Amino acid sequence: MNFDLTNALFGLGGGILIGLSAALLLLANGRIAGISGIAGSLVALKLPATWRESALFLAGLVAAPAIYALVVSPPDIKITGSVPLLVTGGVLVGIGSRLGSGCTSGHGVCGISRLSKRSILATATFMAIAIATVTISRHLIAA
Amino acid sequence: MRKLVALVAGLIFGLGLVVSDMINPARVLGFLDLFGGAWDPTLAFVMIGAVLVMAIAWLLAGARRQPVFGGDLPGPASSLIDARLIGGAAVFGFGWGLVGLCPGPALAGLLVGGFSVWVFIAAMIAGMGALNITNTKGST
Repeated sequence: MNFDLTNALFGLGGGILIGLSAALLLLANGRIAGISGIAGSLVALKLPATWRESALFLAGLVAAPAIYALVVSPPDIKITGSVPLLVTGGVLVGIGSRLGSGCTSGHGVCGISRLSKRSILATATFMAIAIATVTISRHLIAA
Repeated sequence: MRKLVALVAGLIFGLGLVVSDMINPARVLGFLDLFGGAWDPTLAFVMIGAVLVMAIAWLLAGARRQPVFGGDLPGPASSLIDARLIGGAAVFGFGWGLVGLCPGPALAGLLVGGFSVWVFIAAMIAGMGALNITNTKGST
């Protein structure tokens, strides 16, 4: 995709918002804003005591882009992929994030910012594998 | 109050994903396509912003005994490095690279991303649930 200074500034600004959200959840409620952890805890046979808080956090996450679409403009979401590819990707992301105890938000933001060795290693691993996956699928298989 | 905080935090998180354009898998794949010749570093700027703010939050949390609205702060980070952590991260990275969606942006796209996002979320929830059930069985 095209990249210019505007993307960098909005990226930084959006990142600061994500950081503020995670900071609020930590300092006010003592919770870590890991999306896979929060979502995963709600699809278990036994719900945690804080399931209402988790559900409300996810409700906000889902609602914000819809409100933005109504008030400002609909976000551009480009997904290129067949249904089997989407299913495969979704299952792998679901299993992998729970198995590895975190995703881009839990390990990438909340873990790295406290210099957790586990999170730094997990983030390095999923970044490397994701880069390899894109490189192979776009430039070796599709080419 | 804790519930209101959770809702507001969710709204801010979702807004951050829209503003940064991380809600768009094409933007994320542009970052992951490191060797494609037209690298898009936006995701790195998002991470820098989020990690810097959150690092300050961890410092503030370290000076507190408990969160503002009660309960406990998270304990010290675990230092256990095992196959489960690395294997899980690798599986996650593979799925992330196939579509360009991870759990946050996928859920944020629920109402604005259309059919493809629904398919991805359904599969992701199934994957999470399947692993939770396997874990529950394994631990009893």
